[in-house]
Amino acid sequence: MPELKETSSENLQRERWHDETLRPALARQPERKTHFQTVSLEEVNRLYDPADVAEIDVEDDLSYPGEFPYTRGIHATGYRGKLWTMRQFAGFGTPEETNARFKYLLKEGQTGLSVAYDLPALMGYDADSSLSEGEVGKCGVAVSSLADMEALFVGIPLESVTVSQTINAPASVFLAMYLVVAEKQGADWKKISGTLQNDILKEYIAQKEWIYPIRSAMKLVVDTFEFCALRVPKYNPISVSGYHIREAGATALQELAFTLRDGIEYVDWGLRAGLDLDRFVPRISFFFNAHNDFFEEVAKYRAARRIWARTMRERFGATDERTLKLRFHTQTAGVSLTVQQPLNNIVRVAIQALAGVMGGTQSLHTDAYDEALALPTDKAALIALRTQQIIAEETGVANTVDPLGGSYFVEALTDKMERGAMEYFDRIDSMGGMVEAVEKGFPQREIQESAYQYQKALERGDQTIVGVNKYVMKDEVQEVPILVIDESVRNHQIERIEQARAKRDRGAVDRTLAAVKQAAQRGDNTMPATIDAVREYATLGEICSALRDVYGVYEEPAI
Amino acid sequence: MSQSNQRIRVLVAKPGLDGHDRGAKVIARALRDAGREVIYTGLRQTPEMIAAAALQEDVDAVGVSILSGAHNTLCPRIVSLLREQGMADTLVVLGGIVPQEDIPKLKEQGVAEIFLPGTSTQDIAEFIRNNVKPRD
Repeated sequence: MPELKETSSENLQRERWHDETLRPALARQPERKTHFQTVSLEEVNRLYDPADVAEIDVEDDLSYPGEFPYTRGIHATGYRGKLWTMRQFAGFGTPEETNARFKYLLKEGQTGLSVAYDLPALMGYDADSSLSEGEVGKCGVAVSSLADMEALFVGIPLESVTVSQTINAPASVFLAMYLVVAEKQGADWKKISGTLQNDILKEYIAQKEWIYPIRSAMKLVVDTFEFCALRVPKYNPISVSGYHIREAGATALQELAFTLRDGIEYVDWGLRAGLDLDRFVPRISFFFNAHNDFFEEVAKYRAARRIWARTMRERFGATDERTLKLRFHTQTAGVSLTVQQPLNNIVRVAIQALAGVMGGTQSLHTDAYDEALALPTDKAALIALRTQQIIAEETGVANTVDPLGGSYFVEALTDKMERGAMEYFDRIDSMGGMVEAVEKGFPQREIQESAYQYQKALERGDQTIVGVNKYVMKDEVQEVPILVIDESVRNHQIERIEQARAKRDRGAVDRTLAAVKQAAQRGDNTMPATIDAVREYATLGEICSALRDVYGVYEEPAI
Repeated sequence: MSQSNQRIRVLVAKPGLDGHDRGAKVIARALRDAGREVIYTGLRQTPEMIAAAALQEDVDAVGVSILSGAHNTLCPRIVSLLREQGMADTLVVLGGIVPQEDIPKLKEQGVAEIFLPGTSTQDIAEFIRNNVKPRD
């Protein structure tokens, strides 16, 4: 076995280096600390060499770009053919204000849109609900009905611009509104593309903007899969998201494992509903975080592709390459941004974005440096976009495919990520699946524990945040201009709702809302009835309340 | 200090529609580890629910976590509801994403301290220990 001989000679070489070079070096200059850890508190070795990748089979585990298991990327030419989509997440205030921001970003070279909705929208409440007080337009754009959605996309052709919508519990209603706006623009549903986040599992796990009980919510997700596969075939009805799981405190491995296991759960539910694997799975997309620890992140993305491809083949018997390929969006880590010395965030974002690119992301959002203070100003949003353009067009990193492939360190980490994720899969499978695991509070507890351990490491000084627990500037003067959203937004939105209500046909609204309820009660696909209700300008709050009447609401167990 | 013979009781509260509870949960556990008695309200509590919980649990301090920008609406209401029910001495602190210019007004309205991102949990625990009103 020539391989074995090689390995043992490598081991001999390593021992020799250890004795002849390393030991005297350590005697002269001890290392800075006894343990070196990633931001996920994973131990990192001093050196990675051929022995660390001895178990990796170049052909089976790495292969070539565009070939199974896609460790090195899903496209044969990487970014040499087409750069990633620069898709900045934006939304604040009124639909008119956000529409202006969209047009500004498109004018400055952004290549796709991504809508941030406000908290009332995320929770399925209209702007005039008493629960919406103080929250309208604050964390995203306020949308309560088709009228707002029309204003949001005025002058933006939905047949040619792809739009990603971050909306989950009421996602089916937003998909319906989006499709009706597109239809009114004269767009062909068969041609429009875009993405709906629609990942309800990670809401119960991490982001916690839920409405209905888990199983009913999963049914709504499956409804969108089925509807899109039939009627909107180029649209991605889900973006399975690790982003929020990571922001809630998960390690890189937990983000990877829980997200992919969520993906498996959606595949299971789709198949159980009788959907065809190769018709709906190719339109499942993913969304990951890009945190500070550069190599750990790159390994995470590479492992994600390999695990997904292998799981689709081995667990579901997939053969169609579109089903095997994992496509993902990346956003830099909001949680890593600091209020202190906020301009430092520009540097953090650039490095995180670079990790996403080295990991082969399909689209990227770079955070604005002022996001630990408020929603971004025009200027801050522009610097964030320019950061991507600099990476793409000045650094040269997009000139070759998977530039870190073959690095002992990156390959060893990629392999470790895969093994760790498979262990989590086994634990979750043994609980009966992800829905059951979430009901037991398993991923929630794992994340909570990691968040606490990280905070302790930070307070011990084992982890450093520049400007926060090291290189602190006392009496720092805050000179960053911030975007202020006041209560006038809510008043404006309440007026808009009243105008829309005054114009609509009350009888048609009642009839279509009753049909939504009936579809939910019967277990029929709710999408057609939801689209009809949206067309009649039934509001978001009205539709969600009809579904609440049928499904009930989720109560979080104490965890 | 009368506090030395009884544990300080803190209500960690999460008002508004936001679901980002990482901070609230980390601080709840850190305060517990620092010897405080902690009650966590859970998500999406109205100011009325928070004030009622504060009364029922007879707490010395209320720690409010808001990241959504709704602090100017929610905090003054929590403070005034506490006062209305005779809990004017209850310490109210806020943690979250709060612009500098909002801080003086929040303090004027009765929020004792505002902790911005990056504050250590030890500093928060210490502030609460040093500022809760001694019980009679």
